[in-house]
Parts: sequence; C-alpha cells; structure tokens
Amino acid sequence: MTGMSGPEETVEETQGTFGAPLAKPFPKARSGGPQPNGDPLIRAKEFSVFYGTKAAVDRVTLDIQAGKVTAIIGPSGCGKSTYLRAINRMNDLIPGCGTAGVLSLEDQDLYAPDVDVVALRKMIGMVFQKPNPFPKSIFDNVAFGPRIHGLNERGTLDEIVERSLKRAALFDEVKDRLDHNALGLSGGQQQRLCIARAIAVDPKILLMDEPASALDPRSTTRIEDLIGELRGDYTIVIVTHNMQQAARVSDMTAFFYEGRLVEFGDTDQIFTKPRAKETEDYITGRFG
Amino acid sequence: MQIGTRKLFNRSFTFVSIVSIVFMSLALVVLLGPIFVKGSSAFIFRATIEHRELMLDRFGRGDRAAVEAEAARAAAARAPVFEAIRAFEAQLDTASADFRSQYRSDYTELRSLMLELLGPGPGEEEPVLMRGQYGQTRWDRARIKLQEILFIEEYDYSDSSKMGVKVLKPRVDRFRGTSLEPAFALLENDAEEMLRPRLTWYWRFLFDDSYDSHFFGGIWPEMLGTIYLVIGAMLFAVPLGIVTAIYLSEYAGESHFVSILRTCISSLAGVPSIVFGLFGLAFFINTVHVSPSKSVLAGALTLAVLVLPTVIRASEEAIKAVPLTYKEASMSLGASKWRTILTVILPAALPGVLTSIIISMGRAAGETAPIIFTAAVSVGKPLAVWQTLSQPTPALPWNIYNLATEHQAIDEIRHVQYGMVLTLVALVLLLNLTAIVLRARISKKLRG
Repeated sequence: MTGMSGPEETVEETQGTFGAPLAKPFPKARSGGPQPNGDPLIRAKEFSVFYGTKAAVDRVTLDIQAGKVTAIIGPSGCGKSTYLRAINRMNDLIPGCGTAGVLSLEDQDLYAPDVDVVALRKMIGMVFQKPNPFPKSIFDNVAFGPRIHGLNERGTLDEIVERSLKRAALFDEVKDRLDHNALGLSGGQQQRLCIARAIAVDPKILLMDEPASALDPRSTTRIEDLIGELRGDYTIVIVTHNMQQAARVSDMTAFFYEGRLVEFGDTDQIFTKPRAKETEDYITGRFG
Repeated sequence: MQIGTRKLFNRSFTFVSIVSIVFMSLALVVLLGPIFVKGSSAFIFRATIEHRELMLDRFGRGDRAAVEAEAARAAAARAPVFEAIRAFEAQLDTASADFRSQYRSDYTELRSLMLELLGPGPGEEEPVLMRGQYGQTRWDRARIKLQEILFIEEYDYSDSSKMGVKVLKPRVDRFRGTSLEPAFALLENDAEEMLRPRLTWYWRFLFDDSYDSHFFGGIWPEMLGTIYLVIGAMLFAVPLGIVTAIYLSEYAGESHFVSILRTCISSLAGVPSIVFGLFGLAFFINTVHVSPSKSVLAGALTLAVLVLPTVIRASEEAIKAVPLTYKEASMSLGASKWRTILTVILPAALPGVLTSIIISMGRAAGETAPIIFTAAVSVGKPLAVWQTLSQPTPALPWNIYNLATEHQAIDEIRHVQYGMVLTLVALVLLLNLTAIVLRARISKKLRG
C-alpha cells in the first residue's frame, strides 16, 4: 500500500482538519487544493456490484485520474449511477447490495472490512440528482458537515460557510439571508448549495449524480460553469444523461452499457473517434 | 364509459361526501352541544347567599362586610319562617298525644327539607356534615327543594285501567290550622329574599378543593390527578416509543422476527383498556411493587403501556416518511447513522411524532378503565409531586363514572358531574388543537 502514510501521521492529520479524531483513520494524502493530474486515484479492478443476484455493474476495470473531471455516460440502467455510488459506499444503504472485485482509493481497498466508512465519505463529497438540502437554514446546511466532524467554533464555521458558498458561486445571492430556510431557494440555487455543503467538509473527490438533470437550462449552465471552476481542485466524477454536457465539462469520458465499461478515454477522442461500435451508436443518438 | 354516466358518478360521489360531512357535523353538535350547555352550569349559575357565605368561610373570598350585611338581610327575611317553626314546636311540646302523633312524621320530613333549603336556623346546633351546615348554594337546586317543600308528590291509582297518575298536593294542607301554616306562604313568596340569588361566574370551580363528597367546592384534585397521570404516562411512553420507532424503522430491517414484533405492537393497540388495567394491577402493583397499593405512578405506567403502541406506530410512520434524500445527503457528508437520525431524520419527523404524542395525551387523559385498579380513588386531596410515587389520586374520568354510579345523592350535584365532563372534553379538545397548531407551525418551518 504505497499511498498510505504511517498511522501516527494519519491520526494527526485527521485531527488537524476538524479537531475530533476519527474512529478509524483513513489514509489521506492531501485534501482540496490543486492535485497532481493524471495519477490514478480511484481504481476499479474487475469490480462488480450486485443487487441480489443481478449484476448492476459487471466486472468494470477503470482508473479515474486525480484532478480531472471524468464523465460517465450511458443509457438508463447501464449501472453508471450504481458505480458512482459504490465509490462512497452509498449503496450500503440499499439492502441486499453486494460487491465483487476490487475498488480502491489511493491503493486502499474501499470494501475492506476495516474501512471507516464515515472517514471515507468525508473525503468523497456527493451531489445528488435532485437537489436535497436539509429543511434547515442555509447556514446550517453548509455547516452541517463541519459540525458533525466536531467543529463547533462559530468564527471558524462562519469562515468555512462563506468560503464554501463562494466556491459554489452562491454566496452573493444568499449572503443576506443565511438564516433563511434552504428550501426557499430555487432549484438551481439549492443544487449549488448542495455543492457548497459537499465542499465544506474539504473532500478530495466530488461525485455528481446527474447534478443538472432536474434543473432548467440556465441553472444547468451555471452548474457546468461551476464544475469548470472546481476542476483541478477536486477530482470530479460526474454521471450524466446529457452527452453535450459530458463533452462540455469533462476531461475523460467512460461509456457504460448494460453494466459493463465499453470504452474509456479522453473526452475528445470518445466523442470524435469512438473505438467501439456501441459507443458510436450511443453518441450519435441511435439508441439511449 | 359514457360521459353522462361519468358525470352521474361524479355527482353522486360529491353528494355522498357532502351528506356524510353534514351528518358528522350534526353528530358533533348533538354530542358536544349538551355537554357544553350542561357543563357550563357548573361555572355560571345563580348563586345564593349560602354560596357566598361558603366562599367566605372556606376560602376567605369576597368582601366580608358586604356578605355579612347581605346574610343579615336574608336572615331577617327568614326570621318569620323560623318563628313559625319555633311556635309549632312549642305547640307540639304542649299538645295532646293525639296531636303529636298526627303531625310527628309530617313535621320531621318537612323539617329536614327546610334544613336542606335554608340551613340551620339561628340558635340551632351545627350539623356535623358540611352539607347540613349550609342551605342551597344554587338557585336552581333551591327552587327544586322549595317545590318539594310546598308540594307532596302522590300517585293516584283510582283509575285501574291506567298507570298511577302523579298529582301534586300542597303540603300546607297537612298543617292547616297550626302555627306552621303561615310559613308556607312566606316561603312561596319570599324565597328570593331569603336566598338572594345572583348570577355568578365561578371559574374557580376548576381550581377549588372539593368539600363533603363534591357537595361544595370544585374539582381541582381530579384535574391535578389527571394532569399527573398524563404527564407521568408521557414520561415513560415517549422516550420508549420514539426509541422503539427508531429501532423498527432504521435498524431492525425486514426479518421474520421484526414482522412478528410489529404485529404484536399492533395487536397491543387493540387490547381492551380494562385488560390493561388488570395487567397494571397484576404486574406493576402486585408483582413489581412499584407502590404498596394504588398510586399515580402505577397508573401512569399502565397508561404508558396503553398508549405505547400508538406512539410507536405513529412515530415509525413519521420517521419512514422522511425523504430518503435527507438521509443520503447526511450520510454522504460522513455523518454516522446515529448522527443522521438525531440531526436530520428526527427533526424532519418531528411534526408526526409530536402529533402522535399529543393524541396519546388525549387518550391517556380520557381513559377510565386502566386507572380503576391502579390509580384512582373517589375522594382525595390534591397531591404534591413526591406523593404521586406512593399515593392514589382522584381523576376526572374515574370520578365522572364514580359520581354517576356510586354517589349517594348524585341528583343534588349533577352540575359537578357535568362540569367534570365539560372539563375533560375541553382538556382533550385543547390537546388536539395544540397538536394541530404545533404540527402546522413546524411543518411550515420545515417547508421553508
């Protein structure tokens, strides 16, 4: 396990971030900030996800590179969302869901029995298809993550909330009503708030599950612009139905079909010179 | 389907709905109307001078000088009556044995009725029971007594083809020619002067101690007992119910065992409440010995068991109704399951949970059977908080039943019973109203 730092260092670092020691330290190189591009960060080797006996993701081998925006495209039911949710183990919430093969983050097997899921999810932020702010104030929404990780000091919280909201390009719109209920925001604002909320815990990776599919075109554009701004600071994996969107925002594109990874490569190459017949059919709109 | 048929169906459906709503509203009016009208008679009534004297003697309320002056005027009006009585008694003492045996029983009956109406006369010894020390405190009761004094109810069976016909015979006929005769005319004409009725708003009915088996005073011991029982029951049922609901909805999963558990909880909700009462006696008092005998504690525990299924089921539904997306968002930020439940799920489920709690409070307040064997007594003083651990208490539902079935002179104090019913109904309605308002406010806050 080359990417793992020593246990003492790890503890120190996790404590350093938010004060409270995590139950089980999770290896963590650096969070936020520019990351070396191109190194494989999330590696899947013959990785499968089962719902009962049905394989939703079928023996996928895929290296997602640090600091890049990777789009996962494919028709409905191709397993792209399942794959995404396997990365931060959100599938654990679904009864009867099992995995096979290896999915690792910085050489740490995500499905090893001794993995601390809480620490893992802190490193991997997620933005969902439907904006899902809590029915709390805007401030409390963003501060939720830092708070559960043991940060309660008002000054630091204020700072984190402001920084996160600015990063999510929402601060100017809401700075005068941070104590208003988040559900009073528009759909697009809510989704940017969810991004701010995810950023607030200082993750390395942002998973986005069709983040713009429930939004109107203008809000969609803003989200896409935001992804462009976050590029480089975070490793972003975005699942999308919208091929133009994938082409616009991503560096790398993976095409999933019926649970399998059909093709993975530079976005330009996938959309201009797809190698596989299925990819070509899909991006030219012959199915899906 | 033909468009005509569809319209017909629509119309008839609307019609049936409206009819049932009207029917329900009518039922509510028919049910609650008399309760409010009769119940209010405990609070608003024409009180006689006796009531004001009682308030002054027992509670120190009212202007002493004014009450005493009024009492003096009443005594002056009564004086000729008592004069007549004394004269008649003197006549009895000196008269022949024939005369005495002719009037003895009639006079004894009349004398006790007079005592009930006006209380003991000047110079007479104070009876031991409080009800003998005062005349009628309420004008409506006084008029009934007066009627009893002036007329004797008899049944006429002369026509054998009919049932007995009630006839009222003037009592004065029995005493024609005696020195008592003028007393009847005085009573008939000057009763208002003797008792001085005045419309009174007796809101302290709720907060006054009761005296002499509810003949006088209010219903505070019953109110307080009910409040203790409800709060006590909630102290046990709410934490237990919510924790169980969390376990069932978030941790238990869908195993065979859990579905059996759920069925058990549902069946528990359907068990007759008298069975809970017997269970409470057998378990909490006779087996666990939470108290030497009946106590508020034992009653509260029994009521807690009674409402527990309601709290559990309703809270579970409320927790299950929280959108999964909240849970996902919280988990994805690295919150542990427990943290998610505490900070996200429970606050979002709060309106539903609160509603279940307040409705259970209404239920606990109104239940009679569970407290018969475990907590309730018919007469008692208001308890201090620490006494609830070992002492039984009067409580509204039980005392309503007790007054109706076991009180020696319920006809004299119907107004107390009606007042209790109104208080209980108002209490439950108030709780339900609180539930509705609270729920609306929190839901609004959650919706943003």
